[in-house]
Amino acid sequence: MSANIEEQTEAKTGAKETSVWDKLIRISMKEAGVAIALILILAFFSATAPYFATPENFLKIFVQIAINTVLAAGMTFVILVGGIDLSVGSLLALCTVIGATIMINPAFSPWQAIVLACLASMGTGAILGAVNGWICEKWKLPSFIVTLGMLNVASGLARVVSDNSTITGLPQPFVDFGNLIFWGIFPSIFLIAIVVVLIGWFVLRYTVFGRFVFAIGTNEEAVRLSGHQPKRYKIAVFTISGLTAGIAAMVYLLRLNVGSPVAGIGYELNAIAAVIIGGTSLSGGKGSIIGTLVGACILQVLSTGLQLLGADDNIKPIVIGAVIVLAVILDSYRGRLMRILETR
Amino acid sequence: MHEVDVSGTADDDILRLEGIGKRFPGVVALKDVSMRIGRGKGHVLLGENGAGKSTLINLLGGVFRPDDGHILFDGKPYHPSSPLEAFKAGIRVIHQELHPLSNLTVAENLLFEHLPRRYGLVNYKEMNKRAAELLEEVGLDVAPTTLASRLSVAQLQLVEIAKALCYESKLLVLDEPTATLTSKEVDRLFEILKRLKQRGVTTLYISHRLEEIFEVGDDVTVLRDGQHVITRPLAGLAIPDIVELMVGRKLSDHGIFRGDSVVSGEALGVSGLKVTRHSPELSFSVAKGEIVGIAGLVGSGRTEAVRAIFGADAKAAGEIRLNGEPVEIHSPQDAVAAGLCLATEDRKMQGLMLDMSCAENTTITDLAKISRNGLIRRRAEEDHAQRLVRELRIKTPSIRQAVRTFSGGNQQKVVIAKWLFRGPKVLIFDEPTRGIDVGAKAEIYELLWKFAAERKGVLVVSSDLPELIGICHRIIVFSDGKIAGEIARDQFDESRILSLAYKEYSRVRQH
Repeated sequence: MSANIEEQTEAKTGAKETSVWDKLIRISMKEAGVAIALILILAFFSATAPYFATPENFLKIFVQIAINTVLAAGMTFVILVGGIDLSVGSLLALCTVIGATIMINPAFSPWQAIVLACLASMGTGAILGAVNGWICEKWKLPSFIVTLGMLNVASGLARVVSDNSTITGLPQPFVDFGNLIFWGIFPSIFLIAIVVVLIGWFVLRYTVFGRFVFAIGTNEEAVRLSGHQPKRYKIAVFTISGLTAGIAAMVYLLRLNVGSPVAGIGYELNAIAAVIIGGTSLSGGKGSIIGTLVGACILQVLSTGLQLLGADDNIKPIVIGAVIVLAVILDSYRGRLMRILETR
Repeated sequence: MHEVDVSGTADDDILRLEGIGKRFPGVVALKDVSMRIGRGKGHVLLGENGAGKSTLINLLGGVFRPDDGHILFDGKPYHPSSPLEAFKAGIRVIHQELHPLSNLTVAENLLFEHLPRRYGLVNYKEMNKRAAELLEEVGLDVAPTTLASRLSVAQLQLVEIAKALCYESKLLVLDEPTATLTSKEVDRLFEILKRLKQRGVTTLYISHRLEEIFEVGDDVTVLRDGQHVITRPLAGLAIPDIVELMVGRKLSDHGIFRGDSVVSGEALGVSGLKVTRHSPELSFSVAKGEIVGIAGLVGSGRTEAVRAIFGADAKAAGEIRLNGEPVEIHSPQDAVAAGLCLATEDRKMQGLMLDMSCAENTTITDLAKISRNGLIRRRAEEDHAQRLVRELRIKTPSIRQAVRTFSGGNQQKVVIAKWLFRGPKVLIFDEPTRGIDVGAKAEIYELLWKFAAERKGVLVVSSDLPELIGICHRIIVFSDGKIAGEIARDQFDESRILSLAYKEYSRVRQH
């Protein structure tokens, strides 16, 4: 036993000497181990693909990742508690048609319409998200099933609300805001996505709620037996996912200026892919939202880069699919590496 | 006491164990066990909780492999590496918990290991015919096409026995087969066991119900602390003799009793607690400054009772009082808010978030204490965690270390730390020292005494009788879901406690 203690004190002093490096490695591993992968991919395409490393191209990438980043930010919360939310794509569609319908209503002034549309879109998403969570907890159902049901329900509702047609003619200030570009490279919708990610990061890292998200994902029963109600937090997490679907719907309207009941098909899978590539564990408890942002970037950079390289459109999904699986394989090694770092 | 030979030569033994040893991390489960089981006999295996019975069965059933020694089965060396091999060699273990393939039929369950086939497809006609024959042999009156999920436990047991018949098993091991049977079902089981005996099948029988062993057994083997005590014919033994053989451990490991706290006033009161609607009423109390132990066999309802008190599982009825005040407890949330805490028996699955840090595990019980406006104050969290790590002498290089890497003793200390952080009035511990090394055990006993000295009520469930005798002011003995008795410290006596623990099981079958 004394030998054991000696070892541990040694570990302590050792940790002090290399603390700066250890800290850097640990933070980069914890928050975004995949950042390294992103940098490598960027370097590869910069060297090989024509026009890749140009401001115009990055502007394009930023425009394209905004929606997925917002959806994936909410999805990160759900996956962290060990759930999944398949409904976000069609929630997005529903929210776009609700938002667009309100915006083109001539009874409101343009600004009134915009504010009301934002509130209605986010509110609809949040409420249906809460319904997802409530059903899961009330009847102890897997979120996979419940949100699969919601996927269909929301999609149907979107068709009903829009009368099965696209809605155009959004107010000019709204369209203008969607076209704004800051510092020549950052589109407004990308900045919205970044704000969402930063808020999510702050909530997960610094709040009591964030602590519960990780704790429930790690061991829900232990949290319950510590005198808490995991149920409440899980419903809140699905509400957040619905809320981000509502925000993503507004981002969609800003980008494409059209509300459509067939928007968002398959978006939930892209969001899940971003979360998983970002290093969040599907079984819950481990992961980070910064990783998710990086994951979303990797997906889009790969897609754009391959296109610029002149790759066949049929090849792209093959590469992206392989990268998703590879990310999960690498992640299992990352877990081991973290443990080595911790016990060193 | 020496081995009394079960007369006969080696040829008469179906099973011989020689110098069997089995170790698990931190525990010696079996040590130099040598014994013989006579061919065609009904052999009974007895021992207290943790005596090594389950380990022995699992060795025979191919679940574990022994670290030392060897086994001869039917004259041949026997070392199965899987349950399937054990079963092919002729040993069938019927575990206490049966896991049938619930969505398949009785016939499919029976013949699953080799379904009759024709042209590579299952021959259902043949299968159902053979199953019907087997079922008749064990006197089970159900159609072969019934789904296994519709059978009672007693019926499932008979299916298992029929399975043994079908494959002509030579040794049938039954682990607590009567634990959940009605007395009529028990009679039928014994009837069939007798018939099997006539066919030359040897049985190894484990039971808590000392009365019934005389009906099924010819010989008995007693284990104690993983060691062989005796193998002898049952004839000439009475129940008190058997209890005497099972006890008699030396008291050790728990140091000198230091529960010199002032004991007065009720800390925890339990009146008329019913775990389920049909379970007996339980009433007891723990005084401030008192450590009360709950003894009893595994499965005697101790864990269920403390979980019901804490609200971890719903209870059917009962009043709980804390410091004299009645409290409504419907969930752990209510219990914790009222000042009650429970360190569960399974600390890895229920007590800790293994991949989270020592600090995060410690503060989960009271995050309000380390947060302001919903934001966690890291500095406050670290200060509290550091203080508790020092106080409980948790060995870790950093409070940010994941508790997965901790030893069992240190993990248990983290569980205690998290409840200490909450500051409860009454602490309930379920198996607080299971799987923990001797040094850490002593430290945990120190902590229990310290809680008592601080005028908290402490309730300890433990299967380790010497441990309870070493640390408690009073011991409540559970038997078959009831409270069989209560013993004060000055009257502690291992064989008396054990007799109480077996009391209700002996009563079940009256003749």
